Amino acid sequence: MTNDEIINRINRREAIQRVTAMLGGLTLIGGSSLITACEKAQERAADTAKAAAAGPQQPIGEFSVPDIAYLDEIADTILPTTKASPGAKAAKTGAFMALMVTDTYDPNDQKVFRAGMQTLDEASKKANNGAGFMAATPEQRLTLLEGIDKEAKAHMDARDAAKKAKGKGTTEAEKKAAKVLPDQRKEAAPGADVGAASAITADTPPHYFRQMKELAMLGFFTSEIGCKQAMRYAESPGRFDPCVPYTPGEKAWAPHA
Amino acid sequence: MQSVEYDAIVVGSGISGGWAAKELTEKGLRVLLLERGKNIEHIKDYVNATKGPWDYPHRGGRTKAMEAAYPVLKRDYPLNEKNLDWWANDQESPYTEVKRFDWYRGYHVGGRSLMWGRQSYRWSDLDFEANAKDGIAIDWPIRYADIASWYDHVEKHAGISGSLEKMPQLPDGQFQPAMPLNCGEELVAGRLTKLFDGKRRIIPGRTANATQALPGRNACQYRDACWLGCPFGGYFSTQSSTLPAAMKTGKLTLKPWAIVSEVLYDKNAKRATGVRVMDGLNNQVTDYKAKIIFLCASTLNSTWLLMRSATDVWPGGLGSSSGELGHNLMDHHFRVGAHGDLDGLEDKYYFGRRPTGFYIPRYRNLSGEKRPYLRGFGYQGSASRENWSSAVAELGVGGAFKDKAAQPGRWGIGATAFGEMLPNHKNMVSIDETKKDKWGMPVLKFDCATGENERLMRKDMAADMAETLEACGVKNVETYDNEYFPGMGIHEMGTARMGKDPKTSVLNSHNQVWDAPNVFVTDGSCMVSTACPNPSLTYMALTARAADFAVNELNRRTL
Repeated sequence: MTNDEIINRINRREAIQRVTAMLGGLTLIGGSSLITACEKAQERAADTAKAAAAGPQQPIGEFSVPDIAYLDEIADTILPTTKASPGAKAAKTGAFMALMVTDTYDPNDQKVFRAGMQTLDEASKKANNGAGFMAATPEQRLTLLEGIDKEAKAHMDARDAAKKAKGKGTTEAEKKAAKVLPDQRKEAAPGADVGAASAITADTPPHYFRQMKELAMLGFFTSEIGCKQAMRYAESPGRFDPCVPYTPGEKAWAPHA
Repeated sequence: MQSVEYDAIVVGSGISGGWAAKELTEKGLRVLLLERGKNIEHIKDYVNATKGPWDYPHRGGRTKAMEAAYPVLKRDYPLNEKNLDWWANDQESPYTEVKRFDWYRGYHVGGRSLMWGRQSYRWSDLDFEANAKDGIAIDWPIRYADIASWYDHVEKHAGISGSLEKMPQLPDGQFQPAMPLNCGEELVAGRLTKLFDGKRRIIPGRTANATQALPGRNACQYRDACWLGCPFGGYFSTQSSTLPAAMKTGKLTLKPWAIVSEVLYDKNAKRATGVRVMDGLNNQVTDYKAKIIFLCASTLNSTWLLMRSATDVWPGGLGSSSGELGHNLMDHHFRVGAHGDLDGLEDKYYFGRRPTGFYIPRYRNLSGEKRPYLRGFGYQGSASRENWSSAVAELGVGGAFKDKAAQPGRWGIGATAFGEMLPNHKNMVSIDETKKDKWGMPVLKFDCATGENERLMRKDMAADMAETLEACGVKNVETYDNEYFPGMGIHEMGTARMGKDPKTSVLNSHNQVWDAPNVFVTDGSCMVSTACPNPSLTYMALTARAADFAVNELNRRTL
């Protein structure tokens, strides 16, 4: 059935990630009260979705208008405007991130994300003579995020390795992560919390910056700008060419949906 | 209570029911096609078909609210933002699990023919003879020769694209031109021909996507959005293919929101007389009469309906006299395989989104080979270039990182095995009188698990693909086994099996219920074993064959 198609269409790493996410609880829940609650939650989700489409002009869940503007700037530092295409802010990525945290994150992950916004701002103040992230220059923001990106990767690699060691992880990718971990620690920026990596266990929450980077990339590369300008988009290709020349630098073809 | 009379009633409008409606109306019968859920009109109701990813607020993903509303669906990919309305609501239609069973249903006109994976393979005598040779369960009452011409018949109308390969375990058919392998797949396929004595072969996936236009249908436009419904009619579904053909005869009545609560049975005539229908919207009950009845409600729903019918004669329901109704539940086990990176094609790419991949037909336990398990498996896979998502876990932020993530990445290739699951009397469904669905019907209770044969097979399913890829020069090969529970394949089969003996089977060799010869069951519930290739094409062929038989019998006045 549709599984075949899904396996063909999603990329291999996505497949592994989805699998980890999909093995949920087994208990069947009945009763109309829950359905009503769900309908209400879905109505709320529809409202937040409307707000997200509006961009940074409206609050979304717990995220204020300034919060969303801040997320826009984080996303735009990860994925800025280049000669090739507009950046994440133009694609309203900050509002998308707020929507996803509100509607799809469980409470613990939401806490990590919210606290991360504060941690990042404080790190900016520390590094840039009291200038928070919004007050920092684009160069200062980039330098800061480059360092935190390394910290986040070391954190996530250690977490994956710990999961593997605990027998929770199932993928070879996690075994691999365990092997590369020492190198990642060496690469970590000065001031990054490398020591903490060794204290990371399978139950340690994800790093906030991996959350931010993942949502920023998902939001940007599935946006209309991301699909049609950063990449190329053919709604209805009309033919399949199994093998065409590729010149380095050419943009990828975006998937349909 | 009103009563309306037809020549034939078809219960269910999915792949099997659509074929029954087409064949029976084209042979001149006045047919009532009953569907338990809502109508979905071809093209008009494919509301998401032309949307871009950005049109979905969560870009197709799942929210916490969706997870709470769909406690079963959330276990796997069907819980998504794009075609959620096409998956049965598991709170309205709950079931009981003694052991975990994932049941993914499509309760609407077209059923799962709208969302299916479209892989279409013939089975061979390797499959039809397997039970008899292994002494497992019971023998199939048919052989390939009984069904070959019916495969021809359904393939021509459905539009199956594929290549002619002359492999006895995977017979060729009436194919439209194949969707070709891409350059990554071609490279590996070429290397593979020289290895393993040529026994492992990569061939283009055979898929119910048309590569040439058919009456009323366009050829596939390579959008890879089939599961949203195709506005071009590029793939086989009830809506694109069998329903228009049946409608054209002027002899079809389609009734959505018609839940069949039981088959009405006359114990003196030993025949069914019709069906009792509950309106899914207002619960009003109506009886419909017909000379013959085709149950095509899907594997478990047809069995569930039989269990609710003629209980005054048989407490276990119509067809239960053999003691096999509800038993021998099967699926294809999968989610195990390997993948790796492919070098040397950095200057190559592809254009268009092909809605299929490659297939490696079964090669294990053939020609006298004896593995530690019975039967075998096939692989479905593809090669592709990585996209932005693989950059998420890599180091990098800023303009250069962004522009690089927007370009195609490294080539990779991988495949997932689909394995045969052996029939076992202990794997069963029964009625749980303690729980009712939204319409007041006691629900099905599942007690089904894979066994030692499947466990042993899975080792080969992972290791063989790693061995194959490595032998073909693929780098960084990794195996995976992402765990499988019955039902996840959405290839559920059995529970009302065909056979040669009414003491050990529910249906005879023409899919007639032994205890009610004017009742035919032609969906997956009739299957006696699962083979390893995808089953839907075989449901189509068995349905067309049974419809032909039924009309001949009607004309001879033997039904």
